[in-house]
Amino acid sequence: MLYREAGDFSTTYPEDSQTFPIRFDRYRYYVVLFIAVCVVPFMINDYWVNSIFMPFLIYSIAAIGLNILVGYCGQVSLGTGGFMAVGAYACYKLMTSFPEVSMFIHVILAGGITAMVGVLFGLPSLRIKGFYLAVATLAAQFFLVWMFNKVSWFYNYSASGQINAPERDTFGILITGPNTEAWATYLFCLFFTIASAVLARNLTRGAMGRQWMAIRDMDIAAEIIGVNPLKAKLTAFAVSSFFVGVSGALFFAVYLGAVEVGEVFGITKSFLVLFMIIIGGLGSIFGCFAGAAFLVLLPVVLKVVGADMLGWPTDIVAHLNLVIVGGLIVIFLIAEPHGLAQLWRVLKEKLRLWPFPH
Amino acid sequence: MKKQLLTWATAALMAASPAMADLVFPSLDYRTGPYAANGIPLADGYQDYFNMLNERDGGIGGVATRVLSCETGYNTEKGVECYESTKGEGALVYQPYSTGITYQLIPKATADDIPIHSMGYGRTSAKNGKVFSHVFNYPASYWDAASIAVKYLLDENGGSLDGKKIALVYHNSAYGKEPIRTLEGLSEKHGFELDLLAVDHPGQEQKSQWLSIRQQRPDYVLMWGWGVMNQVAIQEAANIRFPMENFIGVWWSGSENDVEPVGDKADGYKALAMSAPGMDYGVYQDLKTYVYDKGLAAGNGDQMGSVLYNRAIYAAMLAAEAARTAQEIHGVADITPGMMRDGMEALDMSDARMEELGFAGFAPAFKVTCENHGGDGFGAVQQWNASAGEWTLITDYIESDKSIIDPLIAEDSAAYAAENNIAERCN
Repeated sequence: MLYREAGDFSTTYPEDSQTFPIRFDRYRYYVVLFIAVCVVPFMINDYWVNSIFMPFLIYSIAAIGLNILVGYCGQVSLGTGGFMAVGAYACYKLMTSFPEVSMFIHVILAGGITAMVGVLFGLPSLRIKGFYLAVATLAAQFFLVWMFNKVSWFYNYSASGQINAPERDTFGILITGPNTEAWATYLFCLFFTIASAVLARNLTRGAMGRQWMAIRDMDIAAEIIGVNPLKAKLTAFAVSSFFVGVSGALFFAVYLGAVEVGEVFGITKSFLVLFMIIIGGLGSIFGCFAGAAFLVLLPVVLKVVGADMLGWPTDIVAHLNLVIVGGLIVIFLIAEPHGLAQLWRVLKEKLRLWPFPH
Repeated sequence: MKKQLLTWATAALMAASPAMADLVFPSLDYRTGPYAANGIPLADGYQDYFNMLNERDGGIGGVATRVLSCETGYNTEKGVECYESTKGEGALVYQPYSTGITYQLIPKATADDIPIHSMGYGRTSAKNGKVFSHVFNYPASYWDAASIAVKYLLDENGGSLDGKKIALVYHNSAYGKEPIRTLEGLSEKHGFELDLLAVDHPGQEQKSQWLSIRQQRPDYVLMWGWGVMNQVAIQEAANIRFPMENFIGVWWSGSENDVEPVGDKADGYKALAMSAPGMDYGVYQDLKTYVYDKGLAAGNGDQMGSVLYNRAIYAAMLAAEAARTAQEIHGVADITPGMMRDGMEALDMSDARMEELGFAGFAPAFKVTCENHGGDGFGAVQQWNASAGEWTLITDYIESDKSIIDPLIAEDSAAYAAENNIAERCN
C-alpha cells in the first residue's frame, strides 16, 4: 500500500539512479526537509535547540563521518574524539586569528585541516588492519588530546587551558557566543548536517563509495579487481575526518562555547559516536541519524520521564541510562548487527506489500 | 521495588501539585560518575539547608524555596542541558561545583541575567566585578588558595622557601591549571622550585606521577584534585611513604571521603579549608529538629558534619542571605534572578549575622562590593586525624598574598573583557 512501486516508472537514467527511487519515499524526504527548514525554526526555544536539536544535528555529522570510515570502508577507528578536537581547535585558532571572516568558512576550513590530520593518522591503515588499526587510532586519540592540553599555542596561552568561542557571525547574524538566537544556531547546524548527509550519500553511491565497500568486504579481492587500496583507504580517512572535523568545530563553537579537551573530546566521545553507528546501523546514512537521535534523546527522555515526572532520584535515572545503553548495544550486536537502519529497511519491505502480503 | 516506585510516584505528584510563588535554587549536582564521592555531600547539604529554611521559617521572607536537582555527572554537556532546562523555572543562582561547567555558563548566564556563584572554584578572575557582572566567587578563589598554601609553608620554614622544591599534582583541566600562574609567580618571589605533574581525567591512574615524585623528592606536594583522583593520590603518597604532613591539598581535596579509604596511612594529611569542620554549630540543631528528625534528609542522610556537607550548607546559607538582601533592596518577596544578582553584590556577612544564623565561628566575615566579587581570600589549614576520624584546623585564617594575585586578576579579566568587548562597570 505505502511504498508502492506500481505505476512509478523511471524513463531516464537520472530518474532511475536517484537517491529515493520510490515516489512515496521521495515525498517523505521532502516533507522532512520542509519541516526541518521551514517549520522547526519558528517553534523552538533555547531549551529545544541546546538540549536536543543541536547535539542531534552535530552528532549526526560525526556519525556520518565515522560511518564512512567504519561502516563503508571497514577501517575501525577509535580516534573520533581526537579528530573532533582537531576540528574544534582549528576552528578556535581560525576564529581568533581572522575575526572578520564568516563562520561558514571557518567551519569548512576546520574540516579541511582535520582531513589532513586524518590522512596522516590513516597512513598506518595501509599496513595494519582490524584490532591493530583500532589500537593505532586509539593512539591518535590520546596523542591529540595530550597535545591540545600540552601545547599552549593551541589555546592562545589562556591560564585555564580552555578555549572559549568569541562572538562571531555569518552574513551579519550571530552564530557563536551567548547572545545568539535559537533559530540562527539551529539553521547553521542544520545546513551543515543536510550538506554532509547529501554529500556522504552521493559519495557512497558513486565510484569512490564502491571502492571503499570493496576494500571493506575483502581487501585482497578489491586489489585484484583494480581498486587502489592506498587511494581508497586514504580518501576514506580524509572524507571521514572532514565530517568529524566539521562536527567538532560546530560542537565547540556553536553548541558548547567553551571546551576542555580532556573532558569533552576524550575517549568516551569516541565510544559514544561508535555506539551511535552501531545502534543506528553500520554502512547506512539513515542509521547515523537514527543512532544519533537515539543516544541524544534517550537521556533527555529518561530524565524528563524519570526525574521530572515520576520524581525518581536523579542518580537512579543516570544509572538507568547507562544500563539501558549498555544493554541495547549487546542486544543490537547479537540480534540486529545492522542496527536501527536495518529495522527500518525491514519495515519498508513489509509496508511495500501491506496490507496484502503473498 | 514496586512499592518504592509507587512511593516515588506519589511523592512526585505531591511535589508537583503546588504552583505558588517560590524561590528556585537549582542544584547542578552529581551523584554518579568518578566525582560522585565529592558530589553527594555537596548535593545533600544544599538540599537540606533549604529544606530546613522551609520547615523552620516557611522559606525566605515568607516565600518557600525549591531546590531543583539536575544530575550533571560533572559533564559539561549535561551541565548545559541542566542549565537550559532549569533556567525557565526562574532559577535564581547557579552553583555548578564544576569549573568546566562554570566556564561554560559564565557568558550564557550573563546574557540571561542570572548570577553564578562559584564558591572557591571557577574562573578566578571573576573576582573582578568590573568585568564579570554576574559571576561571584566569594569567599576565596584558587589563587588565594595557592598563596595561602605557600604562606603556610613559609611559616613552617621560618619565612624562607629558598632552594625548596614544591610539586603540584593537578587535575589536567581548567580546574587544575588555574593555580599554576600564581604558583609560578610565588616561586619567583620566594625562590622555591616548582614541579608540575598533571593527572588526566578521571585520575585513577597516577603511578607515573608518584614515581616521579619518588625520584625528584620534592619537599612538599600540593594537590589540586577532585573526585576519585584525591583518594588515589593519597593512597599513592602512602604507598611511596611520602610524609603526609608535607602533602597539602586544596579545599576540594580535603574531605572525609578522600582520606577514609586510605585508612591509618592517611594520618597527618593536610588540606586547606575555607570554613571550619565539625558539627558544633547552632545551625545543626535546627537541621536536626526540622530536617533529620522529620526524615526529610536528602540522599542517604549519612553525610552530616563532613567537610563538603558543611561547605554546601555554607553555600546554601550564603545564597539564602543574598536572596534576603535582594528582598530588602527591592522590597519584593518573590525576587527575580536579576534582583538576586543585586543581593549577591550587596551581601555583607558580618560575624554578628553569622552568629544569628547559627554559624558562629564557622568562617571569616567578608563583604561583597561591586568591584570585588571574590571576598577577602582567607583560608586555614586543616589536618586529618585518622584515629579520631576527624579534621582539625591547625592554623588561624591566613590572608592570601594580594601583591601577587591582584595583578594576575587584572591581567586575566582585562583579557576577557577585550575578547568579549565588555565595558567596565562600577565607575
